Amino acid sequence: MSPLFQANQSRLYPWLLGWQWHLNQRVTQALVWVYFLFILVLPLSSLFWKASQEPLTDLWTAIAAPAAWDAYKLTLTTALIAASINTVFGLILAWILTRYTFPGKRIADALIDLPFALPGVVAGITLVALYGPGGIIGQIFDPGNPLGNLLEQLGLPEVSLTTSVIGVVLAQVYVTLPFVVRIVQPALLAIEPEVEEVAMTLGARPRQLFWRIILPQSLNSLLTGFTLVLARAIGEYGVVVILSGNIPYQTLVSTVYIYQRIEEFQLSQATAVAIVLLIMSVLLLGVANACQGWSRPWDAE
Amino acid sequence: MNVNRIRAQKTISAWGWLWIGLGLGFLGLVVGLPVINIFYQAFNKGLLAYWQGINTPQAWHAIGLTLTAVMIAVPLNTVFGISAAWMIARQQFWGRKLLLQLIDLPLTISPIIVGLMFVLLYSPLGSLFEYWVNQWNLKIIFAWPGLVLVTVFVTLPFVVREVLPALQDLGREQEESAKTLGANGWQVFWQVVLPNIRWAVLYGVLLSTARALGEFGAVSVVSGKIIGETNTLTLHIERMYLEYETIAAFAGASLLGLVALLTLICQELLRRYDNRIAS
Repeated sequence: MSPLFQANQSRLYPWLLGWQWHLNQRVTQALVWVYFLFILVLPLSSLFWKASQEPLTDLWTAIAAPAAWDAYKLTLTTALIAASINTVFGLILAWILTRYTFPGKRIADALIDLPFALPGVVAGITLVALYGPGGIIGQIFDPGNPLGNLLEQLGLPEVSLTTSVIGVVLAQVYVTLPFVVRIVQPALLAIEPEVEEVAMTLGARPRQLFWRIILPQSLNSLLTGFTLVLARAIGEYGVVVILSGNIPYQTLVSTVYIYQRIEEFQLSQATAVAIVLLIMSVLLLGVANACQGWSRPWDAE
Repeated sequence: MNVNRIRAQKTISAWGWLWIGLGLGFLGLVVGLPVINIFYQAFNKGLLAYWQGINTPQAWHAIGLTLTAVMIAVPLNTVFGISAAWMIARQQFWGRKLLLQLIDLPLTISPIIVGLMFVLLYSPLGSLFEYWVNQWNLKIIFAWPGLVLVTVFVTLPFVVREVLPALQDLGREQEESAKTLGANGWQVFWQVVLPNIRWAVLYGVLLSTARALGEFGAVSVVSGKIIGETNTLTLHIERMYLEYETIAAFAGASLLGLVALLTLICQELLRRYDNRIAS
């Protein structure tokens, strides 16, 4: 039990409230549980019910189907790349937002939350219009433009920022951009300024300051952010489905694979892959919670 | 708080400018430009084209359907979110910790898997409740109730997660004083508790609404995408995009983009009212 909770518990409380209050409590509890069973637990258990209907060998065949296997590999690889990119730039963004004043800082700070608020499909179509072939920025890679011609001579005739593995990474980077920044920001704020000042007066260089003070103290939150990004990137659908082109064995991620199986009404195959994905993201979330258990006091008991 | 004191530097070194440039460049390319581009693409061909893109029966139906789902899911989750937060903060009961863990799950589970779960429950073919769905001729999957159910699922955590810390910060003393002065349960809730947690509730409602309006993966599984019947706004945008109706797609997208920007502004305002609210 957390100290916070103990402090809240007064001996007067149950005595004051009498049997009517007690009954109210019981009724609320019952209603909330029924709601949660119906909305949360029942749907979750449907996956395992479906899996239990199938023979284990069939389930394994569905999990290990070549197309499914390539989809896991692609999803995990791109998620790792996206998580690395966002950890580096997340640290930079958190750093400049906590340490510097510059024009447009408030707007930048607010913009970081945009991927949470902007629907995936909207983000998907605007990213394609920007970075896709013929897009406002994407066209510089098209054949006929200087960079496109150069790439063609290098033997890379059709480099595209969308409809390719780059598109998958771009989608995952976009969606998970807020995570690392928002987790690292408080950690950077919490570093006592005195520590840095003392280090400076003792002659530490900025580089030493970073490796000896800033990095060790924000490492925990960087790791948490990295795992959360992985978990979120693995489950992403909306932006990826529009940006990746969904080419089987090449740019087809696991969520799109599941969606296509549902469209073909192969529900047991969809369920098998969904369970693999679900287990991966729950495990990653467990790791993230272990990294940062102290930051959510109401979880501790 | 002492640790949160502002210590932004006024004079910025060359290295500082390098980091600022890198950070802002990245943010601009990944988030800033795309959001500006939505409005550029929507109004590119003039206001008339924009209006023609948005003023179609399918688009209006999609907007109406999305708003219906929001108006059912958000109030439901607000009421149950406050009740659940209240239970977890104030009562000791079996499964308290389990409930806390369960509440976070919708944030982790991929929307596609959410859609699949409801198909496995209520589809008329090969689902858990197949018998009853056929017996009573229930239309849940490929119909609006399915859309509402997945919207409720994905927006479940937001109000609880915002209200719970607010209730724990508030403590019990004020409620107990009200009780000793003779207030009943409802009076305590409306006059003591609610005024203290109102910003947290509002913040949760804001996040739920934004999420519900923008839900795409889960609804695309359960909706069946029947035009004029089960096509929500996000599905409508996807359809227009796939049919190369670029202006219509971006016209719809501009509405949701505007909502997203408004959400960010409201978040800023709420954070100013209640500096305890973190991101």
